[in-house]
Amino acid sequence: MRIDHDYGVPTVAVHTSVFKWVVRSVAGANGMPHMRQVFVPQPVIGKTPSELRAYVEGRDPVTDRPVMQEIVEGLTRPFGEDELAGGEFERTTPRVADTGSEDDLQVLFREKRWTDQLPIVLPTEERVAAMLKGTHRKAGEIVGHMRPTDFREYWEYTVEKVAVNAVMAGARPEYLPVILAAAASGVSARGSSTSSMATMAVVNGPIRNEIGMNCGLGALAPYNHANATIGRAYNLLSQNLQGGSEPGHTYMGSMGNAYAYGSVTFAENEERSPWEPFHVTHGCKPTDSAVSLFTGCRATAFSLGLREKHWRDHVQNLLRGLDPRTPPVFLLDPLAARMFIDRGGFKSKQEMIAWIDDNARMPAEVFWDYQLAQNYVYPRATFGEEPWATRLKAAPDEPIQMFLRKDIHVVIVGGETNPYWRIMGATHHKTSSVDEWR
Amino acid sequence: MPERITALNPMGYPPKVERRALAPRLDTLDGKTIYLVDCRFDDSELLLKEIQHWFRDRMPGVKTILTRISSVYTKDSPETWEEIKANGDAAIIGVGH
Repeated sequence: MRIDHDYGVPTVAVHTSVFKWVVRSVAGANGMPHMRQVFVPQPVIGKTPSELRAYVEGRDPVTDRPVMQEIVEGLTRPFGEDELAGGEFERTTPRVADTGSEDDLQVLFREKRWTDQLPIVLPTEERVAAMLKGTHRKAGEIVGHMRPTDFREYWEYTVEKVAVNAVMAGARPEYLPVILAAAASGVSARGSSTSSMATMAVVNGPIRNEIGMNCGLGALAPYNHANATIGRAYNLLSQNLQGGSEPGHTYMGSMGNAYAYGSVTFAENEERSPWEPFHVTHGCKPTDSAVSLFTGCRATAFSLGLREKHWRDHVQNLLRGLDPRTPPVFLLDPLAARMFIDRGGFKSKQEMIAWIDDNARMPAEVFWDYQLAQNYVYPRATFGEEPWATRLKAAPDEPIQMFLRKDIHVVIVGGETNPYWRIMGATHHKTSSVDEWR
Repeated sequence: MPERITALNPMGYPPKVERRALAPRLDTLDGKTIYLVDCRFDDSELLLKEIQHWFRDRMPGVKTILTRISSVYTKDSPETWEEIKANGDAAIIGVGH
């Protein structure tokens, strides 16, 4: 709403009613609590013109006043003196939550929405002090900034605040550098998107074995303390350090996502990988330790092995089954990685990625008709962003590439009980140094 | 008597909120130009077209211009705001979330 404040143009924002709390709180946090907002029923998507005209002719479901009267008055009704005034106010977070019994504090933390609704380890002064021994960094150092969506304000957090959340998750002090690195990335595991996104955290380098992370049999499952609690800590710290994750206010994921309990958190199986580790592909040395953060994790596809005759068709079918906005991250059991090498002749990970890029295609008119392409890709194409602008010019039945090569990734994980492989629809955001936080 | 425990607060630190003054409202919409700004999210344009039709039918003295932000809704669109400031009197943005 910069147009109203920064450009001096009187403006009304029209929203659907399900967003009433979130848009009001965003306006307030951005210093414009009196911004004129009007609501129509949910949904707009998929409605006919006559149904939408009925919305416009009807009543605002939040105020029960006519929608167009709200809009006209929103542009013409003068503000009161208090509404026009500038000014500022501070908000604070006390260091101590409360003092009470174990049971009372568990209830308090749950009711404040500081947990994932499962019991937590209460972050006492002593436990947090013990956790802080896992890093050489000072408790008061600023680690980073995070927010649940682009429209909200960034919140700030210190090493101690990260340690508090790590204690709550049940993590051990030796895991803290990985948790701090994830926090320092600024990538939230509690994005508020209606799409119900979650995150994936891939750990590389010596830290994996130093803290006993699992990269082999069952690595993505709840059988390893480090994998489980690092992932849980990353999710708890995201919701708490960014200022909350409350349905209807700071979380709007329509269906939610079970991956958001602890992200998809695991170590890469570097020892059994035929290729260079993920963090090395992204600028680190093999002796560096790093955690790579991905968002999305809505679409997941999987298959077993690669059949000699139709393996290419099978891979293409799965790629076309993903949503067209979120790029594929191939998670390959080491046995599956070797099958891709045998069938495809890929001498490097980059060769495999190039093949995926060339083969993830669908007819242009089908691609551009996806709602997700309309929302997130088409606008960029219409304003000339390449290669989308060129792909927009394709004939309707021409198969166009669905993704960008730079966004396609391959990670090796698994215990070689069978050559299974999986595709996570996920966007790589950052590979964050763990060593800086030791 | 259960043991009493002191627990630390897990929340981060919010930024200071600066109140921003909004633009003065118009005396009337008659003879004014209102931009209807499609934020390019989930068929927003279709709803804005119906708002445009409502003005045409019910308040014909208002000129409306349907436009789109210059990229996806998650990005700021200063070119759009500059154009509206130069050529318009007010804006209706939709459909936001």
